[in-house]
Amino acid sequence: MAGLTPVETAAPDDEAVPRPTTTIPAPPADSDVPARPRTIGGTGEGEAFPVLAAAAAAVGFTALLFYQLAPLSGALGLVVVGYLSFLVFYTVLVAYENPGPAVRAKVASVIVPSLGFVLLAALILVVGYVLVRGWESLKHVNFVTQDMSFAGPLDPLTVGGIVHAAIGTLEQIAICLAITIPAGIICAVFLSEFPGTFSRFVRTIVEAMTALPSIVAGLFVYLSFILIWGHWAEAHLPERWQWLAPGKSGFAASLALSIMTLPIIVRAADVVLRLVPGHLREASYALGASHWRTVWRVVLPTARSGLATAVILGTARGIGETSPVLLTAGFATSVNLNPFSGPQVSLPLFTFDSVKSPEPSMVARGFGAGAALMLLVLLLFVLARVLGGRGPGNLSKRQLRRRMVASYRDARRFAERSRSRAVVPDSAPVPGGDSEERHV
Amino acid sequence: MLTTTIPGVPAGESADAPRRISARIGPSDHAFRLVARAGGAAVLVIMLLVGGFLLVRGWAALQVAGWSFFTTEAWDPDSNNFGVAALLVGTVLIAVVAVAFAVPLATGTALYISEYAPRRLQRTLVSLVDLMAAVPSVVYGLFGAYLLSGKVIYLSKWLSTWLGWIPIFRVVEGGQPVDPRDPLATMSVYSSSTFIAGLVVAMMVTPIMCSVMREVFSQAPVGEREGAYALGATKWGMIRTVVLPFGRGGMIGGTMLGLGRALGETIAVYMIITPIFEINWRVLQNGAISVSALIAQRYSESSDFGLSALMAAGLALFLMTLVVNFIASAIIARSRSGAESEA
Repeated sequence: MAGLTPVETAAPDDEAVPRPTTTIPAPPADSDVPARPRTIGGTGEGEAFPVLAAAAAAVGFTALLFYQLAPLSGALGLVVVGYLSFLVFYTVLVAYENPGPAVRAKVASVIVPSLGFVLLAALILVVGYVLVRGWESLKHVNFVTQDMSFAGPLDPLTVGGIVHAAIGTLEQIAICLAITIPAGIICAVFLSEFPGTFSRFVRTIVEAMTALPSIVAGLFVYLSFILIWGHWAEAHLPERWQWLAPGKSGFAASLALSIMTLPIIVRAADVVLRLVPGHLREASYALGASHWRTVWRVVLPTARSGLATAVILGTARGIGETSPVLLTAGFATSVNLNPFSGPQVSLPLFTFDSVKSPEPSMVARGFGAGAALMLLVLLLFVLARVLGGRGPGNLSKRQLRRRMVASYRDARRFAERSRSRAVVPDSAPVPGGDSEERHV
Repeated sequence: MLTTTIPGVPAGESADAPRRISARIGPSDHAFRLVARAGGAAVLVIMLLVGGFLLVRGWAALQVAGWSFFTTEAWDPDSNNFGVAALLVGTVLIAVVAVAFAVPLATGTALYISEYAPRRLQRTLVSLVDLMAAVPSVVYGLFGAYLLSGKVIYLSKWLSTWLGWIPIFRVVEGGQPVDPRDPLATMSVYSSSTFIAGLVVAMMVTPIMCSVMREVFSQAPVGEREGAYALGATKWGMIRTVVLPFGRGGMIGGTMLGLGRALGETIAVYMIITPIFEINWRVLQNGAISVSALIAQRYSESSDFGLSALMAAGLALFLMTLVVNFIASAIIARSRSGAESEA
């Protein structure tokens, strides 16, 4: 911007050098060029009229078609026919006044937003439908405080609940995160900090494993951990180590979830870490920090919000997965707090199992569990948005303020130190504030 | 003629050699290096273990079945009569139906978000699309099985009435083509079909495609955009000549990524379809199958060899998804580097 503003120079003789000015040539008198910039599409002023007119015509035409002329039926067909006839009417209306390209632009500016609207409507429909049907069972307090141990499929919704499934979900995802967060972040740091043939190979394999279908991850754990390892342990392990081979259990389920989410988290974290600006790293090295210090103090904090988002989105993915859990968790009707022994049901599995039942009350319970699961994912998602979603180096207002306070403190400290040095000029040079050994 | 004279090396001194730069690595860095490498290696080992185990166990079943594994339309491993022909065709058909619905929807949404939507709406819309990707698949399954399939059968009937002359839209029951105009015909032939499963999977993969496409669209260079406007293009003209050509790689890559996801989808498909074990090209007709649905259905009743056979089917699915994903990421990576022009 500074380059565009004329710089006032104190010239010795002001009258000799005229101030630079911009003259806009007046349009010729017979010009029909409008002074306003041309519109490039979209609905500007006065353009709501054809939209409204076309909508009215489409409503009338569709009503006529459906109720008078042809014996058509179905809400879906009504909407589709109505929309198509609206497009035709709108095209005809705008074609009266506009040349071809403008007609195409106007029609596109109607079609493209409506496609976006369809996707949004689908999302609202899915979420709304499951919440409304789930409310039938969620409104009973016992649904979130009891388990299903005393409730049969025929019992009304006032008996039994999903607390066992909720506990299972939380425990399984906690174990899964305890495995995947350290492993995933360390692996991502390795991929971005130690480039070379080996890390390229690891990256390729991790990328390949993101293609692993979740059911295959479940099948792997079922076959290797539950069957093969279980049989071996039963035959060879002493009694007090038997808990290491629990068979179908919460731990097996969280292993399957870990195998599924680990590549997702590594990949997302790797992308985030590679976005950390190079000059931050270089500044850190130039200040004499070691490699490890740079990663710990500069790279990871800069990428923190992105890493949090990666982890939370991976969690949301893992929490909602049914297929690996279906093969590995087993099914229980009562609370099982110990993930290392016995089957432990989780929310998606409970949903899936309940809606297979022919009893309406079981189906209602399934919808309730599905709605609860969705609310949980929604919560995680909002958390991810609040914590992250910013690029590396983009700070929130509060973070900026904290940085500013820290740097005022530093400035004060530097000033004090230089003052104390000035007072005692003969003293030996003060070593760096922290005793951190400097390498590199 | 100008010449450059390089001053000769004075005798007695060795020739120029680059100065050696070396850095001393402290103990904390050594430890860091060790931990990081160990972490990378551990993840690698886990991943290779999964892949290797899949390969070894699947191979056992493949050796027994031989080439007929790819041509048999049945799943009865204990009598040695099993193959993935119907499974792979069914899986691909569901994925293709899904992609056919998802691509226009995702492209339109991505264009709306990156080009048409008001700026303050953009972030919200992006969040909503991401949220749609995070909705659990069992929830989509509930929606598909309880609400959508009851409504879509009318659409299926309409399609087979008017487009029944195309083989894939024909509906056959008991060897006889069903006359869609017969008012007494039951609607149940249209339920639990590939088409309905594909629609539900489309809802799950659209957000994934949409976010890839939106990112690529928004990277279309500003210079070319303004150039198109300066030459008198309308907004749509600019999109057609600048945004879409620049985003083509991203569109293809995003589509492939969605396809990869659609191939592996289990629970929503399993909740909707009625499994059959023969190749069914007629997408509107009752009965469909996919590899993942088969695994979910059969794992508990399988013998040891049956599990190996399921592993082999899982391996086939994994390889298919792998190829699709690799092509996708290659295309996306190339389109990103190509899209950078000076703005």
